[in-house]
Amino acid sequence: MASIAELEKICTQVRRDIVRMVHAVNSGHPGGSLDCTEYLVALYFEVMKHYPEKFSMDGIDEDLFFLSNGHISPVFYSVLARSGYFPVKELTTFRKLNSRLQGHPTTHEGLPGVRVASGSLGQGLSVAIGAAIAKKLNKDNNIIYSLHGDGELQEGQIWEAAMYAAAKKVDNIISAIDLNGQQIDGPTEHVLSLGNLKAKWEAFGWDVLSMNGNLLPEVIETLHRAKTHTGKGKPVIIIMKTEMGHGVDFMMGSHKWHGVAPNDEQLAQALKQNAETLGDY
Amino acid sequence: MKKYTYTEKKDTRSGFGAGLSELGKINPNVVALCADLTGSLKMDAFAKEHPERFFQVGIAEANMIGIAAGLTIGGKIPFTGTFANFSTGRVYDQIRQSVAYSGKNVKICASHAGLTLGEDGATHQILEDIGLMKMLPGMVVINPCDYNQTKAATIAIAIHEGPVYLRFGRPAVPNFTPADQKFEIGKAWLINEGSDVSIFATGHLVWKAIEAGEQLAAQGINAEIINIHTIKPLDNAAIIASAKKTGCVVTAEEHQMNGGLGDSIAQLLSRELPTPLEMVAVHDSFGESGTPDQLMTKYGLDAVNIVEAAKKVMSKKTITAQ
Repeated sequence: MASIAELEKICTQVRRDIVRMVHAVNSGHPGGSLDCTEYLVALYFEVMKHYPEKFSMDGIDEDLFFLSNGHISPVFYSVLARSGYFPVKELTTFRKLNSRLQGHPTTHEGLPGVRVASGSLGQGLSVAIGAAIAKKLNKDNNIIYSLHGDGELQEGQIWEAAMYAAAKKVDNIISAIDLNGQQIDGPTEHVLSLGNLKAKWEAFGWDVLSMNGNLLPEVIETLHRAKTHTGKGKPVIIIMKTEMGHGVDFMMGSHKWHGVAPNDEQLAQALKQNAETLGDY
Repeated sequence: MKKYTYTEKKDTRSGFGAGLSELGKINPNVVALCADLTGSLKMDAFAKEHPERFFQVGIAEANMIGIAAGLTIGGKIPFTGTFANFSTGRVYDQIRQSVAYSGKNVKICASHAGLTLGEDGATHQILEDIGLMKMLPGMVVINPCDYNQTKAATIAIAIHEGPVYLRFGRPAVPNFTPADQKFEIGKAWLINEGSDVSIFATGHLVWKAIEAGEQLAAQGINAEIINIHTIKPLDNAAIIASAKKTGCVVTAEEHQMNGGLGDSIAQLLSRELPTPLEMVAVHDSFGESGTPDQLMTKYGLDAVNIVEAAKKVMSKKTITAQ
């Protein structure tokens, strides 16, 4: 088990990777990537049982993670690379021609760690549920994790999947919502209010937990606790309150940094706020 | 004209149901999902025999496609079942991203395709599904002609690694494919050798092509008839060889002219062997309510339409030769 201090160090390095990746190609989605850093670092470096060096698509006898809001690929790629799925140096190819690190994650170029393409929103929960059912059929007691954006909940397929998982007692899944309250056109509250999310998921029959997604100890504690909620007849979801752009002060709390890259000066400022701990790629 | 007979008429969807039931017995990785049309898709036998491997998802086709994609992660071979309209147009983006682009081993099985769905009308009579599916990179598209061929195709696609679209229908049609005929994906079936005109037909139009061949034979015209059950990958060699031999081509299908079998063959021949060609298909139109027979007649998908097309394209051949 890694210490909180060690995991915090990984977080600052991941944040450096994120801003450097999107800066290098002047495109990509830093806002959501930054605010999901603690969650993904906790999953990949502490919570999940997984075998980065021997990636297999079927993922038998290990926990699996599905990223449904594929636009936060920078944080996903950084965490995959830093946990050993592929060389950290490959982060330099992000969004470039002939890269395995496509703008949105895909299996198409064979990048280890990715098990389905995502980008077109709303599809990942269904896929995660399918993988959870496959685990049950295979008598594999490991857990499926999935992450979804809050704006993504405006997609109807999410609620088809939510209804299914509860009705059919798919209780080996722990999903999470990145509740940063922002989407491309502005605050979710203005674009299309999500209403009372906790009440909605409970009404759909899910076991609902919540946490502050930017407080690492709380994230780790909640994810471990969520595991004890599996196998009890209900799918589990964590409503994860975050601040878009967390960790880079001028990006925090605004939808403006959903899909915009920092300029040279902004990059320098962002890097100053996040120490290089594991060596830049 | 080689003689084809049949002892009974059966629906192709029942061929799918029988094939799926057989697969359930021989392949423990085969699982099935249905969106509230178990009876219509004839999936009841599989559901009863393997309840632990059958997933009723309700009226939620997008979720069904996504769950199917997820089930492949862990080695399952999912067969999804609903009407052709809800199997394709309704869930195109789910198929595109979660199945085709992700390279998932999902078999999308679609009944009630085309006009022969009948009285339910145009909301349910999809005539664009072949086009939608064949445009997706890596997607195999199969449209078998009768009960036996649909059963054999269902069993065959479980062995193929990768996404497949299997299209079949509602009405009882002549069952003439030998029950022991092996189904080979992408391998055309030469129904009748001929020299005057090539008729390439798929699905329900194959039997009508046989009827047309008999009528043409009675008028001294020797038609070559080929069953193109696999629209993608197309059997290019068989099509080019036949077109070269006869010098003119008719295509026949229960689908829009845009995007269907005729479109694929026209593309191929334009590139490799420009040949006079006529298409028996629906001409940029929606269907409507009616009996299957009435609709096939009204929309020009009968044997007589194939006969007329054959004569017309043969006259073009003569002009070309001069």
